[in-house]
Amino acid sequence: MKILTFPGGVHSPTSKEVTRDKKIEPAKIPERVIIPLLQHTGAPCEALVSKGDGVSVGQKIGEAKAFVSSSVHATISGEVTEIKPLPYPLGSETASVVIQSDGKDEWLESGESIDWKALSPEEIREIIREAGIVGLGGAAFPTHVKLSPPKGKKINAYILNGAECEPYLTCDYRLMVEKPKEILEGFRILMAAVGVKNGYIGIEDNKPEAISIMEKELKSQSDIQMEVLKTKYPQGGEKQLIKAILRREVPSGGLPFDVGVLVSNVGTAFSCWEAVVLGKPLVERVITVAGSGIKEPKNLRVRIGTPISDIIKECGGFNGQPGKIIIGGPMMGLAQWTSDVPVIKGTSGILVFPQEEVLEEISLPCIKCGNCVDSCPVNLMPTLIESYAEKGRLKEAESLGALDCIECGVCSYVCPSKRPLVQMIKYAKFEIARNNKGK
Amino acid sequence: MNTIILSLLTLGSLGLIFGLVLAYASKKFAVQIYPRIEKVAGLLPGANCGACGFPNCQAAAAALIEGKTEADSCVLIEEEALRDITKIIGQKGRLRRLKEKKVARLICQGGKDQTEEKYIYQGVKDCRVADLLFGGEKACPYGCLGLGTCVQECPFGAITLDENNLPVIDEDKCTGCGKCVQVCPKEVLTLIPKSKKVWVACGSRAKGAQVKKVCQVGCIGCGLCVKACKVSAIILENNLVRIDYQKCTNCGDCVEVCPTKAIAICL
Repeated sequence: MKILTFPGGVHSPTSKEVTRDKKIEPAKIPERVIIPLLQHTGAPCEALVSKGDGVSVGQKIGEAKAFVSSSVHATISGEVTEIKPLPYPLGSETASVVIQSDGKDEWLESGESIDWKALSPEEIREIIREAGIVGLGGAAFPTHVKLSPPKGKKINAYILNGAECEPYLTCDYRLMVEKPKEILEGFRILMAAVGVKNGYIGIEDNKPEAISIMEKELKSQSDIQMEVLKTKYPQGGEKQLIKAILRREVPSGGLPFDVGVLVSNVGTAFSCWEAVVLGKPLVERVITVAGSGIKEPKNLRVRIGTPISDIIKECGGFNGQPGKIIIGGPMMGLAQWTSDVPVIKGTSGILVFPQEEVLEEISLPCIKCGNCVDSCPVNLMPTLIESYAEKGRLKEAESLGALDCIECGVCSYVCPSKRPLVQMIKYAKFEIARNNKGK
Repeated sequence: MNTIILSLLTLGSLGLIFGLVLAYASKKFAVQIYPRIEKVAGLLPGANCGACGFPNCQAAAAALIEGKTEADSCVLIEEEALRDITKIIGQKGRLRRLKEKKVARLICQGGKDQTEEKYIYQGVKDCRVADLLFGGEKACPYGCLGLGTCVQECPFGAITLDENNLPVIDEDKCTGCGKCVQVCPKEVLTLIPKSKKVWVACGSRAKGAQVKKVCQVGCIGCGLCVKACKVSAIILENNLVRIDYQKCTNCGDCVEVCPTKAIAICL
């Protein structure tokens, strides 16, 4: 089989050995959950409950009023004790609902399981919207919005993303090994929701077990095609995946639907299966807890809203003095300042590194080696954009395509001078977006 | 002998030809200079700070001549220069009173010794970048991040960082152009009239107990200064006091009663 890939990228150590063979375990049901009303890309949703209300698992507690937004649900049964701004993994603070458990874990009655094949695309989209499903790969873009591309955009291919290129993370891999049937059915539901006949599933070649399991499942079925990808970061970026599998390039400033493609993560497909077939909203997800600062690395199925301190405790606690706690992968994840933040829908992993492994890099002047330019997966010139951003020349930074940066961090990773490239480009993107909004 | 004459002749005639070309070009392609613009530009401070809204003093001078702006829009200008400029541009009736000079003040005293940190920041040494990561390392969400973006932005070199990582503003060098105010992501710099010597050096709108938890020198909104002020120039809103400079008399009573020393005075 031909191994596909995209130009650029890096071959970073994958460090997946530790948790690769650890089965997904259900985590303890937490005593208290913190459910932010903003867990996705888009507008925050509005709280439907107030202090003192009793809730059951799966009950909708936040309603998405805007189109690009997603509902949130109670993930344990108990009482709402607080609704106030609290720390969350993506920023300083956001309005969150705190639920204290009653220890019963009572679920909301779910409807009978239905045959999704009888549903119309609109009905499927509505179920997905109601279940609060967002992309579980990390960006947390509301799935029902993705499934409603603008009129005139013909979608003719759907890619299921099983690349999982971030080092350390193995949650998608475990899901593919343990729940291949459900994932593929979920993927078929997604394809039906947009009426696409061509499905592709992309998996990196460092996951041979997942590849063979998926191949076995797909035997004698021609609607979904298996594609093996080269192990390279960021192979799981949606634009890189489209380039590798379909040889199509998403235009600057465009989205995958501009080239007739949609991409979803395997975790998202699994949650869609749960939502449509079992009638279960998005209340839990699989995460990887790893890094040398944690005693027992694990793959856990956790309730959304579980404080990460609880999860760290469940994994045996810290191994030595913790130096950094990262939510997400080591390349794109965000270091956290407190372990009070909850797991949210887009959290794919919790990584803990001990103090000895956290180095403060001193950045030196650019030596114009061009490493960042060679490895940028979206063909930008990170060093130039960084220089312009540093001098506040945002117009020039924008004209060099700063807004097309996918923030994968490859440029900073390869820089021999340890320049803060992706950091400055992120800053430039933020400032450009703010200036454009003011216009 | 011949060689010497030949080379003299060649070089001489070349020089003559170039001279003639240059003389012709200087007439033909002469750039028109308006002497009045040059004169006015010479009287302007020449700092090119941009506070008047024009990119530099030359552009401001041109705008003055065309009557698009007024000389007192310059924040730096001295009285004498203002008078001279008005004479040149003939705005006789428009000679206005000089605007009150302003100076930038830091509304935070929470340096690294006074304010708790919530994490160790190892990123780009720029406050605007640090602010994107959970609002910076200071536990107080309103506090100065102390990475010196204002120091780099100041066109007059009036700001330096002290050993406590707080910007210090040199009143003599500060012209009140406001560039530091624009660039600060935490909005801890503000312009106040130079004649006013008292200002509230805290921007925290958090409740008193929360302020106490993270900072030794923050305004806790106790209201003692409001009571102490004889001219009732101090207003307490959103857990923070503010001074009405129309009324303030620089007496300094508020500075003395403040339990956390969150009101600063400079004499």
